[in-house]
Amino acid sequence: MTPTYYLLLSALLFTIGAVGVLVRRNAIVVFMCIELMLNAVNLSLVTFARINGSLDGQIMAFFVMVVAAAEVVVGLAIIMSIFRTRRTASVDDSNLLKY
Amino acid sequence: MSTSSTGSWLLAALLLLPLVGAAVVVALRGNDKTAKSAALAFSLAEFALAVVAWVQFEPSGARLQQAFSFDWIPAFGVHISFAVDGIALVMIAVIGLLVPLVIGAGWVDKLPEGRTKGGFFALILLEQALTVGVFAATDVFLFYVLFEIMLIPMYFLIGSYGGARRQYAAVKFFLYSFLGGLIMLASVIGCYVLAVEQNGTGTFEWAELVKVVSTAPLETQVWLFLGFFAAFAIKAPLVPLHTWLPDATAEAPIGVAVLLVGILDKVGTFGFLRYLLPMFPLASKELAPLVLVLAVVGVIYGSMLATGQRDIKRFLAYVSIAHFGFIALGIFAFSSQAMVGSVTYMVNHSIATGMLILVVGMVIARGGSTRVADYGGMAKLTPVLAAMLLIAGLSSMSLPGTNSFVSEFLVLIGSFPNAPVYTIIATVGMVLAALYVLWLYQRIMQGPVRGDALVGAAGGPGTMVDPAVGAKKAIADLSGREKLVLAPLVVLIVGLGFFPKPVLDVVTPAVDATMCQAALADPVQSGERQLQCR
Amino acid sequence: MTGTINLAAEVQQASGIANLAWLLLALPALGAAVLLIAGRRADKWGHLLGSATVIAAFVYAVLLFFDTTSLAADDRTREAHLFDWISIHSLNVEFGLRIDPLSLTFVLLITGVGSLIHIYSIGYMSDDRDRRRFFAYLNLFVSAMLLLVLGNGFVTLYFGWEGVGLASYLLIGWYQGKDFAATAAKKAFLMNRVGDVGLALAIFLMFKNIGSTQYSVVFDKIGEQSTGVIVAIGILLLLGACGKSGQFPLQAWLPDAMAGPTPVSALIHAATMVTAGVYLIARSNPLYSLPQAEDARLVVMIVGAVTLLIGCVIGCAYDDFKKVLAYSTVSQIGYMILAVGLGPAGYAFGILHLLTHGFFKAGLFLGAGSVMHGMNDEGDIRRLGGLARKMPITFITWTLGYLALIGFPFLSGYFSKDAIIAAAFSEGGSRGWVFGGIALLGAGLTAFYMTRLLILVFLGKPRWENLKSEDGRAYHPHESGWTMTLPMIVLAVGSVGAGAVLSGMLPEWLSPTLGELVEEHGPLSHTVIAILTVAISAIGAGIAFALFGRREQPVTRPQRVSFPVRAARADLYGNHLNEALFARPGVWLTRFLVFVDNRGVDGLVNGIAAGLGGSSGRLRRLQTGFVRSYALSMLGGSILVIAALLMVRFA
Repeated sequence: MTPTYYLLLSALLFTIGAVGVLVRRNAIVVFMCIELMLNAVNLSLVTFARINGSLDGQIMAFFVMVVAAAEVVVGLAIIMSIFRTRRTASVDDSNLLKY
Repeated sequence: MSTSSTGSWLLAALLLLPLVGAAVVVALRGNDKTAKSAALAFSLAEFALAVVAWVQFEPSGARLQQAFSFDWIPAFGVHISFAVDGIALVMIAVIGLLVPLVIGAGWVDKLPEGRTKGGFFALILLEQALTVGVFAATDVFLFYVLFEIMLIPMYFLIGSYGGARRQYAAVKFFLYSFLGGLIMLASVIGCYVLAVEQNGTGTFEWAELVKVVSTAPLETQVWLFLGFFAAFAIKAPLVPLHTWLPDATAEAPIGVAVLLVGILDKVGTFGFLRYLLPMFPLASKELAPLVLVLAVVGVIYGSMLATGQRDIKRFLAYVSIAHFGFIALGIFAFSSQAMVGSVTYMVNHSIATGMLILVVGMVIARGGSTRVADYGGMAKLTPVLAAMLLIAGLSSMSLPGTNSFVSEFLVLIGSFPNAPVYTIIATVGMVLAALYVLWLYQRIMQGPVRGDALVGAAGGPGTMVDPAVGAKKAIADLSGREKLVLAPLVVLIVGLGFFPKPVLDVVTPAVDATMCQAALADPVQSGERQLQCR
Repeated sequence: MTGTINLAAEVQQASGIANLAWLLLALPALGAAVLLIAGRRADKWGHLLGSATVIAAFVYAVLLFFDTTSLAADDRTREAHLFDWISIHSLNVEFGLRIDPLSLTFVLLITGVGSLIHIYSIGYMSDDRDRRRFFAYLNLFVSAMLLLVLGNGFVTLYFGWEGVGLASYLLIGWYQGKDFAATAAKKAFLMNRVGDVGLALAIFLMFKNIGSTQYSVVFDKIGEQSTGVIVAIGILLLLGACGKSGQFPLQAWLPDAMAGPTPVSALIHAATMVTAGVYLIARSNPLYSLPQAEDARLVVMIVGAVTLLIGCVIGCAYDDFKKVLAYSTVSQIGYMILAVGLGPAGYAFGILHLLTHGFFKAGLFLGAGSVMHGMNDEGDIRRLGGLARKMPITFITWTLGYLALIGFPFLSGYFSKDAIIAAAFSEGGSRGWVFGGIALLGAGLTAFYMTRLLILVFLGKPRWENLKSEDGRAYHPHESGWTMTLPMIVLAVGSVGAGAVLSGMLPEWLSPTLGELVEEHGPLSHTVIAILTVAISAIGAGIAFALFGRREQPVTRPQRVSFPVRAARADLYGNHLNEALFARPGVWLTRFLVFVDNRGVDGLVNGIAAGLGGSSGRLRRLQTGFVRSYALSMLGGSILVIAALLMVRFA
């Protein structure tokens, strides 16, 4: 079993996440795509940890998870409050902060 | 250089007094009257100190006197060190003279909404301290820093207290000067690097840098020269880097215009003498034709544009541009007569043009307009004011008997042996000078009474008034305060015209030293004189 | 050329009474200062103080004159050092006075005529609210003029030179409420400045080549210079002289200068200041006498001859009393310049004519002023006439001046002008014929236009009887008061006698300064020339009498006239030429430069600023506010960074 497949899977997940962020308008979906990208990175971190026989990568993955969890809390809260005030969850509708 | 001689307290006091004054005046700004009086008191004390410094100065003594110095950034060999030579001394004296007059002239001016006299005068005192520092700095890095900081109070003086387009003018002034300063910074660092390469340790000490840089090869010198020149040519200003000055002068309050043209701009020509010639002698000789062309173009171009202006304050700016052409010509013609002429020109221009600006301010205060077309026949209503304008104007056109004649004559006669063609062209500028001065005088003071403010003073616009009776009530001649402000300038204009020796004697040794550092010899030798470097 | 002498060796230190020579400058200067500073407070006594200082200066000048004559001829050139004015290494400009026969001659003329005109002005200006200021300016003028002639170097001369220019400017523009007076004043100053540039450049050349600007050194060493330098200095000095003395091509300001009050015209623009050019050339005689300066002298003579003709021709056509006299002055100074251009054969005659001219022309102007004073300031001679009976003293003194000017035998003009004509003929060869001929022709024309003036003003019918002046008043001509007639009488006496008295003594008296007068004999003997001159003058006067004396003259000037008259009325198109060559191109150039400065130079700067601002405005649009587009640019950026890293790694 070569680590190549894990890395390929990670790249595939990351690409799906990135494309999702770019093309979807619903804030929740965008948010989940970001999670997907984070987890894709986690996967490659763990893979490389395994290849190098070092724990650093796995520790890093835990850090990412913690940050992701915190991010979910803050992010969902923001999305909720935006939805409450504007009755929409589309990211294209909240574009007031511009030039 | 870090020796401090006795009397160095004097220079420190000259630097600190206006700073303290600025702080005190700011603190007192709640009450206009006390703030004004405090500002005047501090500026007069500063003038007294400048006079003491002049008296203590020994022309035959060391090149740099009243020196004091301490470390600032030891890692880069940056010092806070100050000292004066004859050239710096006369400029500091001029600053000391002009600031009280500017304060006196601005005593009752109306400021824009929400501004206080205290803030205005405090900024002027701050500017005074910084300009004194610029002229007295003997560390090149310190000079650069002060050169840039000097812009900040001036930026606010124009931008907060000026006319309708003050913001535009202030930003333009700042950007121009700042750009030049940054280019100079590159050269300053270049000089430092040269010092590191040659001595192992770098220094910004002027006297040391002169030794290092002046021996550098021509090509290096040319690049470093151009960096400094950019800053000074913008400051001076030489054509075609001049367009900030008309805007700044037109928008600045009268007193600030005096400081701008009379003092700040002189830093540029002072820089020619203090930095360009001693540090880059080879490059100076190589590039002299360039500067001479710019200088002569400035004389003719400035004069012609002055005659073409419709705004009195812009007119003043172009007059100054023409005069700065003369100063630059004298410096880069490489003879001691011309160079002494240029230094005295710097002094005399401050006095003469300073007075011209103050008088024009008094005219504007009465007529309420800066357009030349809004005036005419004012001499009938205000004969004393007319006489003052004529005196200032005559000095601006260098009539013999006024101070400016001595300097212009020295510049031209000293430049002629080395640069005859340039001198001949500049001499034609004398005719143009007469043209623009007399044109202005005729338009404002002579002819029938014109202009709404003047004609309609008694009976509304367009009413013909018997000038001797009607308008006289509304348009008053000079007040006692105004006479007091102008009187010292008149005395100096005539006094230095007949007896310029005190200034010449102070300036000549410094010019000799500069000539010597730049390895220049007078084109016309009287024989017995030997060039000795001090 | 003989007659040059080594002046430097002869200069003595002033001692005794001559040490006080600075008083000559200080007295009038003090008067001017007091009057200007005191302001209205001096209204009551200002004119008295002004006159007193000049009279005191005159008294001192007379004392100084006798002090000098008591010395041996070789000791009469003295210098009084006052202080070092501008001194930097090789350049040493002294503020000092040179008291020698030439400068003393001028000092006597200036203070003498100056005193008379001060007295005259007391009456003439009595109606003016600012009479005090007028006297202050007159004092200023006298002081500056004395500095001009007394200075012991070219720079002090230049000081006085511009100083009199200033006084002249102030006085021409006296009626400053009127635009034409202000413009005339400005024009005078500017054209003078053009000449001053020549003088300044001459001074620069002296410093470059000789290393000094003091007379003693310059005259000592001028002979060692190359011909080019000498000729250049000579011609540049001449340019200065042309400006101040109203010589071709800078003559146009002098007639306009008549906008000033008449005493000013008499003192400054007839007797003293405008002759400064003659003084300058005479003073520089060690230069002009050099054989190398031959070409420079030729130019001087040409300028003199051309000017004397121009002045005469235009003088014939003008109808303004003072302007005719002004052109007469232009042409008479042309004679003087021609004379000094002749070199050692003519210097003394130039000065002689200058002195006699100072008397009779000042008298003629004062007469004109007296007429205008009595005629509501009417200056158009076609509106005058028949005034001889109304103003007998004015008529008689004026006629004496007139006779002196046209060279009536044994009056002063006869001696001085004939001497110049004879000297011009004696130049020899074709030159002698040309210059002599022109001078002779000029004498005839002078007689013509002066006779015309005499007839139209004093003789014939009183054409003014049925006219009113511009301000609507009728004319009531009357004789002027004694303060005005007294100076006229004194000057008339001078006009009659000065020539006879001076012509014998003057050349010898001036010889320490100007060298011995060289008598050369031309193709015609002096007697023949004298007879010819008188005859031609008589013909000129006769023609004038025939044309104007026997017919009634119209009150308005005839418009349908021949081309020469039209040309002369238009100043021979001198003003048109100035206008077309300098004024209008200058205005255009100025407007063009203002445009270039605003749109070009400043436009470039503002353009850069606008360009920066504009592109920033465009770039700003990238911030759309759409999160997803930011995400895309982040992605793009990351790809770029990674690509760059990989390229560095594997390149």
